Amino acid sequence: MNELALAIPWLGKRNPAAARWVVLALALGAPLIAMLFGKTWVRILDFALLYVMLAIGLNLVVGFAGLLDLGYIAFYAVGAYTFAFLASPHFELHLPFWLVLPLGACFAAVAGIILGLPTLRLRGDYLAIVTLGFGEIVRIFLNNLNHPINITNGPQGINMIDPLELFGWDISRPLKIGEDITINSLFLYYYVFLAFVVLSIILVQRLQISRVGRAWAAIRDDELAAKAIGINTRNMKLLAFSLGATFGGVAGGLFAAFQGFVSPESFSLMESIAVLTMVVFGGMGNLAGVVVGALALTALPEILRHVAVPVQQAVFNQVILDPEVLRMLLLSLAMIFMMLLRPAGLIPAHSRYSRPELVVGKPAPAEAAK
Amino acid sequence: MITLLEAKHVTKRFGGLTALSDVSLTIRKGEVYGLIGPNGAGKTTFFNVLTGAYVPEEGEIVFNGTELPTGKPHEVVAAGIARTFQNIRLFRELTALENVMAGHHIRSRANPFSILLQTKHAREEERLITERAFELLRYVGIERFADTVSKNLSYGDQRRLEIARALATEPQLLALDEPAAGMNATETGKLRELVQTIRHDGVTVLLIEHDVKLVMGLCDRLAVLDFGKKIAEDVPAEVQKNDAVISAYLGGHGTRKAGAAA
Repeated sequence: MNELALAIPWLGKRNPAAARWVVLALALGAPLIAMLFGKTWVRILDFALLYVMLAIGLNLVVGFAGLLDLGYIAFYAVGAYTFAFLASPHFELHLPFWLVLPLGACFAAVAGIILGLPTLRLRGDYLAIVTLGFGEIVRIFLNNLNHPINITNGPQGINMIDPLELFGWDISRPLKIGEDITINSLFLYYYVFLAFVVLSIILVQRLQISRVGRAWAAIRDDELAAKAIGINTRNMKLLAFSLGATFGGVAGGLFAAFQGFVSPESFSLMESIAVLTMVVFGGMGNLAGVVVGALALTALPEILRHVAVPVQQAVFNQVILDPEVLRMLLLSLAMIFMMLLRPAGLIPAHSRYSRPELVVGKPAPAEAAK
Repeated sequence: MITLLEAKHVTKRFGGLTALSDVSLTIRKGEVYGLIGPNGAGKTTFFNVLTGAYVPEEGEIVFNGTELPTGKPHEVVAAGIARTFQNIRLFRELTALENVMAGHHIRSRANPFSILLQTKHAREEERLITERAFELLRYVGIERFADTVSKNLSYGDQRRLEIARALATEPQLLALDEPAAGMNATETGKLRELVQTIRHDGVTVLLIEHDVKLVMGLCDRLAVLDFGKKIAEDVPAEVQKNDAVISAYLGGHGTRKAGAAA
């Protein structure tokens, strides 16, 4: 949060305390502002938070450990389908979410290790190709496992998934307070997702400035040297893959509950690339950057889309560019401009791991100047 | 004196090339041991075998009475051997302090769960690591650059940082691969002092070096490699008089030409 606050232009560095309140107010008030433009926008915000979680998880693999993963969405799929299997009429199972969500996270972590084991020796482009293949394999399995035994219900997907239920209270229904105040379920989902996002940020930040985070950074910067100072690179890479996947799995479970429906087409390669774009766009390795990147790249295409369709209709009397096409186009344009103007991302990762306040006996500035 | 490390008949081949052929040497506890030889003599190959990066075809290395694992660098570090590299290999995006803190990895225990929960033990360990890392920076004399990203350090300071990072693994044997390469006379002089300090503090040093003056002045004993074979092992004064060594370095008759022809 401090990093996020510091990243606010002008205000952040001059008055960090005020900036912190701005971040807090924005986080809590965002759905209210979005509501002014219609319910769709609250829904988009909810999705944006899911993407933030995905981006945080992928950043752990790509930004911290330097392992380029193009199949990250597969873990999202594992989480979502776990939820769908265990909490829907599909198998007539209706387990509570506090059981299903951790299970989905565990399965995703296992999937992360399964992906990690054969790719331990690969780096860069080669790793990217294998992970890309892995993502596609998962999607194709989901698509085709409807016969001979129907497991995934194939391309039709699974619907009527149980919503989140907190202490016996179904948050997909509007919450009624008294007689005339009702709170839309989209708002409730927003705050639940926000809680998950905040928890993820805290956990990932703890990892980042720890023994484990330093080992990942070491592997990213120089794997040979990392081995030479005694880091067990195999275990640390597997840990990065599985922990990163865990966040994807949790996000997937939340997605399934929120949407009430999952199908393989939600987990295409394009989604993997979209999440990676968010990480790179925001600033690889920097948590604040990744959060901003995910929010920006979910919201901006939507805004442009809502503008583009009416504009096209007004000018050409028809919609020439499909909104979905437009989204990819905008993502690629965003990437090109970022690479040209700010190659390190919106909020670059400066001295990411340093904690000067911990340095004991640090020489005073005057002394250091000598 | 107590033997710290004993290499027994180590042979390493790369396809048809024998980079190390039947090399045996003994390093005693507390000494500075030099490993010299012309370019391509197999010095760095020996380093890589020693530190577990290469698996030798034959032979074994006994350290502190137990055989060293091969092909598992992290276990070699755990056993107490740390190294630096001929071409500096720092974690470029990390600060000097973080580089040294990363070096403490093998001597710290915090696991993902204790880190995520920020247990008392994990926090205490993190504080200790930071303190010790800072002490090590002071030990090698670059504490004022603690918060500098390591790729921005000067060449000599990068070398020192690499040594500090290696010391952070708490080694009994510190293996330095051409630490004075590319240094000027002043920097080399400071390096010599540093190596002597390290030795006085009880760490045995294995030194690969081209700078003959540095080696002769610093080392207690030397081994000379040529074409993958050990041609001499003695105190510097004796090695200087050795005929095989002279011909290996200055060229000339006998052994070297025969070796080259083969």
